Amino acid sequence: MTSARWFSPARLAIHGTLLLACALYLIPLIVMLLTSFKSPEDIRAGNLLSWPELFTGIGWIKAWDAVGGYFWNSVKITVPAVLISTLLGALNGYVLSMWRFRGSQLFFGLLLFGCFLPFQTVLLPASFTLGKLGLASTTTGLVLIHVVYGLAFTTLFFRNYYCSVPEALVRAARLDGAGFFTLFGRILLPMSVPIIMVCLIWQFTQIWNDFLFGVVFASGDAQPITVALNNLVNTSTGVKEYNVDMAAAMIAGLPTLLVYVVAGKYFLRGLTAGAVKG
Amino acid sequence: MARLQLRNVNKTYGSGLPDTLKAIDLAIDSGEFLILVGPSGCGKSTLMNCIAGLEQISGGEILVDDADISGMSPKDRDIAMVFQSYALYPTMSVRDNIAFGLKIRKMPQAAIDEEVARVAKLLQIEHLLARKPGQLSGGQQQRVAMGRALARRPKIYLFDEPLSNLDAKLRVEMRTEIKLMHQRLKTTTVYVTHDQIEAMTLGDKVAVMKDGVIQQFGTPQQIYNDPANLFVASFIGSPPMNFIPVRLAREDGRLLALLDSGQARCELPLEGGSAELESREVILGIRPEQIGLATGEGNGLPSLRAEVQITEPTGPDLLVFVTLNQTKVCCRLAPDVSCRIGDTLTLQFDPARVLLFDAASGERLDAHARTHDARDNVALFKGR
Repeated sequence: MTSARWFSPARLAIHGTLLLACALYLIPLIVMLLTSFKSPEDIRAGNLLSWPELFTGIGWIKAWDAVGGYFWNSVKITVPAVLISTLLGALNGYVLSMWRFRGSQLFFGLLLFGCFLPFQTVLLPASFTLGKLGLASTTTGLVLIHVVYGLAFTTLFFRNYYCSVPEALVRAARLDGAGFFTLFGRILLPMSVPIIMVCLIWQFTQIWNDFLFGVVFASGDAQPITVALNNLVNTSTGVKEYNVDMAAAMIAGLPTLLVYVVAGKYFLRGLTAGAVKG
Repeated sequence: MARLQLRNVNKTYGSGLPDTLKAIDLAIDSGEFLILVGPSGCGKSTLMNCIAGLEQISGGEILVDDADISGMSPKDRDIAMVFQSYALYPTMSVRDNIAFGLKIRKMPQAAIDEEVARVAKLLQIEHLLARKPGQLSGGQQQRVAMGRALARRPKIYLFDEPLSNLDAKLRVEMRTEIKLMHQRLKTTTVYVTHDQIEAMTLGDKVAVMKDGVIQQFGTPQQIYNDPANLFVASFIGSPPMNFIPVRLAREDGRLLALLDSGQARCELPLEGGSAELESREVILGIRPEQIGLATGEGNGLPSLRAEVQITEPTGPDLLVFVTLNQTKVCCRLAPDVSCRIGDTLTLQFDPARVLLFDAASGERLDAHARTHDARDNVALFKGR
């Protein structure tokens, strides 16, 4: 391609449209970031996109004071819930794809209902169950709810992934003497890195961003950061500190962003490529 | 090394469904190479999976050295298998692929290393041991797959169409290597293929299958020279055997087959053949190489002039097509025969080599059918 063609009207139109779309997505983020570093006076004086007259970290410090404790609550809820639901989903998917039993298709079909079940419909029964288990208003209870709710998705992911694993591979392993867990642990799990990453990102985003279960099943000091952020932003007393609100929102949103940046590259890796010809 | 016997093996995937395998009876001695050959869907791979234990049989017995293994799990059968798709573990190095079965069987590490080295040397894959399967060519993957099977020194090797994913040249090379390997190791082997050349060249015994029934079980020579029925005769051989519909007539107590090329007629005297065949529609089977060019002086063989319609020089042979009894007939002649389309050739036949089949049932009619045992015929009728 010659350099002259870079300036053709068609090129300009394409790149112009793309830049516009980019701006559309990035402007809210830029507003949030700029606002979080402004002083309250600065916010009241300037417009949304103006450069801060003085960069100040006071908004971030105040925000961390307000939601920092809840940040760790979210970590304590999310990390175990993500890991447990992913591992159980992998096991479920393994059984449902490789060790079919009578009625396993029906079982899988019913499990899929879980993907379409609105959160609101399970609130009361879940609350009742947690109460009976003595887990009401605890982090453990919230982890349990998220694991159960997430299983439908993780099972679906792994089951479909394992269905595409060549049957000959499983047969070869069985002839080599691999049993149920050896086959799973030594052959299939190492092949599952891409789908594990998909699961981790999906579950992390779902659970970290969850508000409804958090607000219903956790109270007081056990609340996740989403609930704490809501409480902070919706306070009706005193002067509205937009810089603090924005910084707190950034703190609440950063981990999901980070997970995607770190794990996202595995999405594109097909680890089974070349394993089986034909 | 072990003797393998299948006794009346049946396989069905559910009542009401047709049987996938019907009354399979086979036996091979220790160290023999058995070929299961047949068209797609004939049940040959199912039979192999049943021997491996990957599928359960519905009836009958599978005996290894007189012990019934049909109820055992695959890992307890001491059988190793090479898959068509190779089925190498993608996340493991070649070394780990070969060692996997040994590790699971809790072999000491030193012994594993020794065994991997032995197999790698045998298959000339020592330089590949650190690589992942994805970094290997098709032929190399094939060798690793064989290495994995060899490492366990099992009683029986199973090969499931191992060469069908290779290109033509590599396939011929690997075929020779498999044969050499078998001659060195002398391990009982069952080899599934749909390639009749592999069947003929590799096997000590060949079982030709169709629709879940063994059509014929014998040595490659028996299968080739003395096929039990039309199906076996047509499946084995390239170019395939000619099948010419003929009328039989009786003259001076001899049975004659009448051939007509349009230009000339000829009476082929048939040896044997019972009187009841007379005046019946039968099919005469004759392999292309059994049709020769008549030499100048008569040698007593019946001959016939026919017009050349197509010639196909293949290099080692010249295939000439003529029409006999309104049927296209292939003759395999020496490559130096000069003939062009439209020429007339005088062809001759050896009556002792022609086969007779029943036009309706496909069964062999002539008395030559002597080597295949009667059970094959019974199985054939059941399968119909």
